[in-house]
Amino acid sequence: MRSTVVRHLALTLAAAAALLALTYGLAPFRDYQLATAAAYLCVTAGLTVLTGLSGQLSLGHGALMATGAYPVALAQNEFRDRDISGGWVLPLSLAIGVAAALVAGLVVGLAAARLRGPYLAGVTLAVAVIVPALTTAFDSVFNGDQGLSVYIEPPPLSLGATFPYERWQAWIALTGALLTMFLLANLVRSRYGRHFRAVRDDEVAARLAGIDVARTQVLAFVVSAACAGLGGGLLAVLAQSVSPGAFSLTLSLFLVMAVVIGGLGRLAGAVWGAVLLVLLPEASHSLTEALSLSPAAAQRLDGNLPLAIFGTTLVVVMLLAPGGVQGLLARAARRLHPRQDHREVGTP
Amino acid sequence: MTDASILEVHGLVAGYGAAPVLKEVDLTVPRGAITAVLGANGAGKTTLLRTLSGLLKPTAGRIVFDGADLRGSKVERHVRRGLAHVPQGRGVVAELTVEENLRLGGLWRRDAAGLRRDMAEAYETFPALAGRRKHSGHQLSGGERQMLALARALVGRPRLLLLDEPSLGLAPRVAAQILALLRRLRDANGLTVLLVEQNVRGALSVADGGVVMSLGRVAVAASAERLRDDTALRHAYLGF
Amino acid sequence: MDRFVFLTFDGLSRGAVYAAFALALVLIWRGARIVNFAQGAMAVATVYAAYSVTSATGSYWLGFGAALLFGLALGVVVERGVMRFVAHTSPLNAVIVALGLVLVIQAVLGMVYGNEYRPAEAPFSRTAFTVGGLAFLSRYDVFVFAAVVALMVGLALLFTRTAVGLRLRAAAFAPEVSRLLGVNVAGMRTLAWALASAVGALAAMLVVPTGLGLHPTSMELVFVTAFTAAVVGGLDSPLGAVAGGLAVGLLLSYVSGYAGAEMTPVAVLLLLLAVLLVRPSGLFSGVAARRV
Repeated sequence: MRSTVVRHLALTLAAAAALLALTYGLAPFRDYQLATAAAYLCVTAGLTVLTGLSGQLSLGHGALMATGAYPVALAQNEFRDRDISGGWVLPLSLAIGVAAALVAGLVVGLAAARLRGPYLAGVTLAVAVIVPALTTAFDSVFNGDQGLSVYIEPPPLSLGATFPYERWQAWIALTGALLTMFLLANLVRSRYGRHFRAVRDDEVAARLAGIDVARTQVLAFVVSAACAGLGGGLLAVLAQSVSPGAFSLTLSLFLVMAVVIGGLGRLAGAVWGAVLLVLLPEASHSLTEALSLSPAAAQRLDGNLPLAIFGTTLVVVMLLAPGGVQGLLARAARRLHPRQDHREVGTP
Repeated sequence: MTDASILEVHGLVAGYGAAPVLKEVDLTVPRGAITAVLGANGAGKTTLLRTLSGLLKPTAGRIVFDGADLRGSKVERHVRRGLAHVPQGRGVVAELTVEENLRLGGLWRRDAAGLRRDMAEAYETFPALAGRRKHSGHQLSGGERQMLALARALVGRPRLLLLDEPSLGLAPRVAAQILALLRRLRDANGLTVLLVEQNVRGALSVADGGVVMSLGRVAVAASAERLRDDTALRHAYLGF
Repeated sequence: MDRFVFLTFDGLSRGAVYAAFALALVLIWRGARIVNFAQGAMAVATVYAAYSVTSATGSYWLGFGAALLFGLALGVVVERGVMRFVAHTSPLNAVIVALGLVLVIQAVLGMVYGNEYRPAEAPFSRTAFTVGGLAFLSRYDVFVFAAVVALMVGLALLFTRTAVGLRLRAAAFAPEVSRLLGVNVAGMRTLAWALASAVGALAAMLVVPTGLGLHPTSMELVFVTAFTAAVVGGLDSPLGAVAGGLAVGLLLSYVSGYAGAEMTPVAVLLLLLAVLLVRPSGLFSGVAARRV
């Protein structure tokens, strides 16, 4: 195991170096997209571990992102109100967000661990639909539909006055993503990862082998929730705002789609999923622009085309994949040969 | 296709996975007679019936029922042609009542009056069921379920009845009653029966002819008399 | 006390709608062993169809009828065009495909009608009658009750007295045996979907004018609530769906009245969690239903 961790560390550092260079080469807008993809990667990676490795479908990860994002917003604003600043403020806020999401994940995970099939889906769907509604229920804190703006300190002066803000954002988000991937890759290769897979493949056999099934399921949920919380927190930092509309059921379904298309069960697939989440809306926007429509019609198309494409893709992939979810998992498992785990970390 | 045989099977190959269970089965079922299908577990008896009724698609071979090739024909349409199958385990729909199960057997028929008459006749043939009309399938004993399954099949006015292990799980006396009933139906209505049975003695006591299956093929086809009396044959294929 | 009475009647009225929607879910569950996660989106699409017809003709009732017909058609299209092809290897497959459909339906509605909330008007007055100072039901509530009761009576008669109903039940309980008896099981499955979709359309037509507003995502919370109701009653039990729906309606009415309307979603979530943890097979089912 130690050598695996070292190898992962080396890969992560190499990836970090490559990405650092990349952020210098990209235009600011692309840096922003890279940052967004990195934030999504935290979530898709966690969801891949949950759904692909541990076999539990969650339709509520958009809401779990919100449970990380809102505390980050509140913390950042609180720090600003109290005139507290420093390089450690943002990591602390993000840590608070992760902790909050972790708790939420624990609650949902405890309920989910005992459920299967449509019951699990139903509960996570309920979470996806209802948690954003909490922002209206507790209006005074969360400011309902309008959401909150998030105060972020400008980049440190040591970087220079002309340092593009987007590059700084990319650095923040990529740090989070690399950390997440590193930790998840190690988790996947560890004893816990084996437990996840054992429970997914045959619960009864796993139980007979002495694995505490419920605890394993809950652990997977908690880990993926923490990752979602980090991703949500990072998005709050990037967008400099949070609102319930940003974490709707649609987002939760997008995440499921991203993970399914990325090939359930492979962390590398999570990267593709995150990239897709960022690039598809852009592609559909270009398509909308290309068809010269009236502004009203264009707006309608623009907002809804990604949904249509995502939804159709999900349906088509599931129908065409022989054996459906199991088939995708089985194929992913076959490719996940221990010798080949250099594919699991980092860059596509 | 002669008039004497109602069903002809040529080179039938069928199975559930990579290895076929039926490996080129050839079979002729004489009209108006009871033919027993015997053999050890795993010989392919149930698979044969399931393939004949269309639940299982054969990979090769032909099934000709009363002159018509059944290949490509849908399962749902077979009962209209006069082919009925009472599966292993009876297939009584436990959530429905006796009356509903019975009616289900004849729903495909257009003549409502005829159906009512046949249902009344079924209650006469099986008085035990008459007293349990409104009871759900759950509440019936094994013997009553077998009677219901049989009655239900008969309400569809079949010409060929595929019957899979009717005496399974039944007390010997009840099993004997059911088997004896088959004979009466053959005599009264000219019903042809293809009867899969583990209870070899019971089957041979009512059957006219028998077919012994072994490892997916028909090993022996002979009259019931010969199967009963030829000790060498019995020892070799039927184990007694 | 007055408030309690009013809330009780209001709760029963809401509950009737949840009962109807839960019935739709139970119909498909019994017929195809699938929870139709696209039920809400399909239902809201029918309301949009009604909206178009009403706008074009000026008649609410023509629109209502159009919603039901469109519901039937949509059920057929979804079952024959998509759900039929879902692999049965895991119950998750149908769930994921249904969710993909939700996205597609919401997108199409958004593209055709736009994403603004449209007000939806009720055909009858929504102010409550008062009897001796006690606020009771409104005309609209009476209409809702009447519609749902008619629906249940209709379905009960269909299933227990007609040949089609017998076929539907047989196909759901014992598909293989039913085929042997000449029942067109595949056709019955499509019919079950069509019926369920029409029932969902009815429920949506009843609930959307109650302040929900018409929007591609209007039915999401209703779906979750109805799912909760179906789980409370037991997914296998139509009676359970009705009881569950009424119970949930009452609960939400009391929560809304005493704790505020914004707390109702929280109540739904807590109720769902509670039922799934304590008695997942529902109150009316004798069969353990947690493992699918």
